[in-house]
Amino acid sequence: MPLEKITFDYSKPKTIQLMITGDWQLSAGLPPVNEVLAQLEAHSDIEQIGFVASGDFKWDSAFISFLFKLRAISGQKKIQFGTQGLPAQVEKLLKLIPAQTKKIIPDKITEESFLDKVGGRVISLKDAVLSILDFLGDTFLAFKRFAGGKAFFRKDDFFIIVQKCGADALGLVSLITLLVGVILAFIGAIQLKMFGAQIYIADIVGIAMVRVMGAIMTAVLVSGRTGASFAAELGIMQVNEEIDALKTLGVSPVEFLVMPRVLALVIMMPLLTLYADLMGIIGGFTVSVTVLGLNPVEYFNHTLTAVKLSNLWLGLIHSFVFGVIIAISGCYRGMECERSSVGVGEATTSAVVTSITAIVIATAIITFVCQVIGV
Amino acid sequence: METAVEVKNLDLAYNNFIVMRGLNFKVKKGEIFIIMGGSGCGKSTLLKTMIGLNPPQEGEILYNGLNFWDIDEQERQVIMRRFGVLYQGGALWSSLTLSENVALPLQLYSNLSVSQIQDVVLLKLGLVGLEDYADFYPAELSGGMKKRAGLARALALDPEFIFFDEPSAGLDPLSAKMLDDLILDLRDNLGATIVVVTHELASIFAIGDNAILLDADTKGAIAQGRPEDLLANSKDPRLISFLTRGEKQGAGR
Repeated sequence: MPLEKITFDYSKPKTIQLMITGDWQLSAGLPPVNEVLAQLEAHSDIEQIGFVASGDFKWDSAFISFLFKLRAISGQKKIQFGTQGLPAQVEKLLKLIPAQTKKIIPDKITEESFLDKVGGRVISLKDAVLSILDFLGDTFLAFKRFAGGKAFFRKDDFFIIVQKCGADALGLVSLITLLVGVILAFIGAIQLKMFGAQIYIADIVGIAMVRVMGAIMTAVLVSGRTGASFAAELGIMQVNEEIDALKTLGVSPVEFLVMPRVLALVIMMPLLTLYADLMGIIGGFTVSVTVLGLNPVEYFNHTLTAVKLSNLWLGLIHSFVFGVIIAISGCYRGMECERSSVGVGEATTSAVVTSITAIVIATAIITFVCQVIGV
Repeated sequence: METAVEVKNLDLAYNNFIVMRGLNFKVKKGEIFIIMGGSGCGKSTLLKTMIGLNPPQEGEILYNGLNFWDIDEQERQVIMRRFGVLYQGGALWSSLTLSENVALPLQLYSNLSVSQIQDVVLLKLGLVGLEDYADFYPAELSGGMKKRAGLARALALDPEFIFFDEPSAGLDPLSAKMLDDLILDLRDNLGATIVVVTHELASIFAIGDNAILLDADTKGAIAQGRPEDLLANSKDPRLISFLTRGEKQGAGR
């Protein structure tokens, strides 16, 4: 360590000379000033600090940091700090760093007392609620203009979004919902085997998939895939000032960007859900026939008998509600995104978390209502 | 010359922080007005308020005598249709080709047929030397080309007011010079009133008819006038330091 490479010379009156040699680079660690401080305290008559660098002296910003601290201590003790004995580059670098720094306090509009902080939080919450309501209102108005044939958006963009959130998701939806059907069939088989009623696996898989599981599984997948993509796309447009460019042109970003996305997802979610229902039933059917040895015709007939039209409608209502939730969450988070890469990441995460939370809450509400009305 | 834009007692804030207080200046019709200042002094915040993106804390901005922030949204939109804005990075819509980017304002606010719009698009792209790149997407262009394409889009509706946010930032000297020449051509040939936010000294002296220097410490304007006159006559060390890159008085620590 560098401390071994300082020696102190008191040959001049009221002066301490620091004789510096050796390695004073960052790779050897930041040199402490304690030893010098101890010397200054032991010799209270010191009025000047000087330096003599010699021999194999190597330095970088570690040495500058040491000098910076020592200069501050000298200033406090009113000791003159002379750097003449050091290399010229060291002196120049040290001069670049102001001896005294002043912390700049931002000129905030509001003072930050405790009450202000509490009030600020309440106002932030109110602002967040108003902002969501404002966004929902703007989206509603955009749809109203769309219904009146006045909305301005690119039809090509709409069809590309339909393809991205619909057809492009089929592979993932197929895999996951097929496996959900398989899992439901296996779980049902364990319980129903005890009663010799394994054929009712068809009822369990059919009703569960069509009534709610198909819609929920599709919603979770679409939320992570499309909802996150909406938030990221709009967030990056916010960062790149593309949304500002629309606003200055007098184009409503909600009409141009949000409405086609909401519309596309609201159309595609029920279709994806129907597809997911079918894949889930196929998964359950495959396991039941090939692994559990059930009769395929009997399984098919049981499914047809068990799954009522009301179940199908309920599944479609779920999927419509989920589509609205995912699209609104993704677009809202994207439009409100901060103008930084961190902001885009946060918007994407937040879109997925918000939509999945809202999906669970909506499912609970719909299930409760169905229970009350006896559907 | 007639006043096109007047800023009166303007206070600006960004993320709850006051960045500018009591700002006053006038932009004459058909001139190139430079808003200059160091990084973080509030130039871009001022520009955003001037183009209708951020409301001011206090004060007025008048376009041809009409108070921009004291009218309803519809009326403000009408004024904004007379704006052309070139954003710092071009802000081209990434899912649209260059020709689609330039065509969009025309589709919105003109009664031209599709083929007429295509003619105007090619004319505007030709004006910035990008007529051969009409079918390219923004991601396929260099930074300088994106800016030029952004300018073509800003010019689509022959705006009365053109705003530039750091037009030379990130450009090589030749591209920056080309853009400066283009700005001068726009003033001379279209008669547009041009407001440029920049801290590029070469551009300031090359194109500025009038300028204002914003200062982060005082949160206000510390000088106003023709850039050459400011440099020749001012005794304010902050101004001289800024206009000489710190090489004359007021420079350094």
